[in-house]
Amino acid sequence: MHIPDGYLGPPTYLAAYAACVPLWGIASRKVRERLDTRRAPLLAISAAFTFLVMLFNVPLPGGSTGHAVGGVLIAIAVGPWGAMLSISIALVIQALLFGDGGVTAIGANCLNIAFVMPFAGYSAYRFLSRAAASEKGRAVAAAIGGWIGINAAAFTTAVMFGIQPLLHTAADGRALYSPYPLTVAVHAMMLQHTIVFGMVEALVTGLVVYSLRQSRSAWILDSTGDGSVR
Amino acid sequence: MREYRNLLIALGVMALLAPLGLYLPQIMKAGAAWGEWGIEEVKRMVGYAPEGMEKTADAWKAPMKDYAPPGEESASSPTRGLYYLLSAFLGIFACGGVAYLLARWLTGRGEPPANRRP
Repeated sequence: MHIPDGYLGPPTYLAAYAACVPLWGIASRKVRERLDTRRAPLLAISAAFTFLVMLFNVPLPGGSTGHAVGGVLIAIAVGPWGAMLSISIALVIQALLFGDGGVTAIGANCLNIAFVMPFAGYSAYRFLSRAAASEKGRAVAAAIGGWIGINAAAFTTAVMFGIQPLLHTAADGRALYSPYPLTVAVHAMMLQHTIVFGMVEALVTGLVVYSLRQSRSAWILDSTGDGSVR
Repeated sequence: MREYRNLLIALGVMALLAPLGLYLPQIMKAGAAWGEWGIEEVKRMVGYAPEGMEKTADAWKAPMKDYAPPGEESASSPTRGLYYLLSAFLGIFACGGVAYLLARWLTGRGEPPANRRP
């Protein structure tokens, strides 16, 4: 889901950067207002965790690969704004240090993976967990949130890929950037993520949230669901 | 830091297992993720190299591109696994370090949170 350099034209990646700047600003303010200084290590753990999760490439035999992100899990642990900051840091380091995801596409990747994913998945989790009577029910809500989060991000990523031929096609019909049309990009991305990578994300999110809550881990700040920092 | 000990151990274990994420796709002959193909692969798939893509694809030279030192991207399998393992730990320190400093800097200034623990 990491868009590399060269796939997006300047209008798209600049717009994505422009959208990210105020979001990073809000995220910073929320973290400053809500997070206790002594809880600062939790953002570090979150950033390192998502980096590691993304190293576990899951193969589709003979086909392509993908991976979970842990973005909704992190949103459940430290809140969606804390998730946005910590996942953004992981994405920036992946791009700068490891060439995983483009440098021009950092804004686009942060928008999809660090914003759309945690917010979509966390909203679903909050909504569903209200109906959950037990810890197992909460874990299922977290799993569904994980599935929704990664699929929302896969969808916005696919749209970014898919609008490139509409925006940038030369007179001879050749694409200048990402060559596949919207229908192909959305179809391919959603098929893989709804069936395979979304399931992996759901499994990781449900199981880890369950065990963190069982062990009363310090990572889960929001145990009561009222948004307060314990 | 005591309450974070278990979490740090878990991160360490994940890092040690990370080479699985390199080897499993190799064993199952899975290629790049959708939309993350190199320029040569795109050329093979659509029959040409998109002009804008060709110009910007290598805009940035990452020091550890593809989770290996420069020129070592196609090293033999065990070596590649070792680089991947090192990348995992490097990633923990880089991501953890930057996130920690940012969180400390953000939370260490201005008004303390109203609900700070006594």
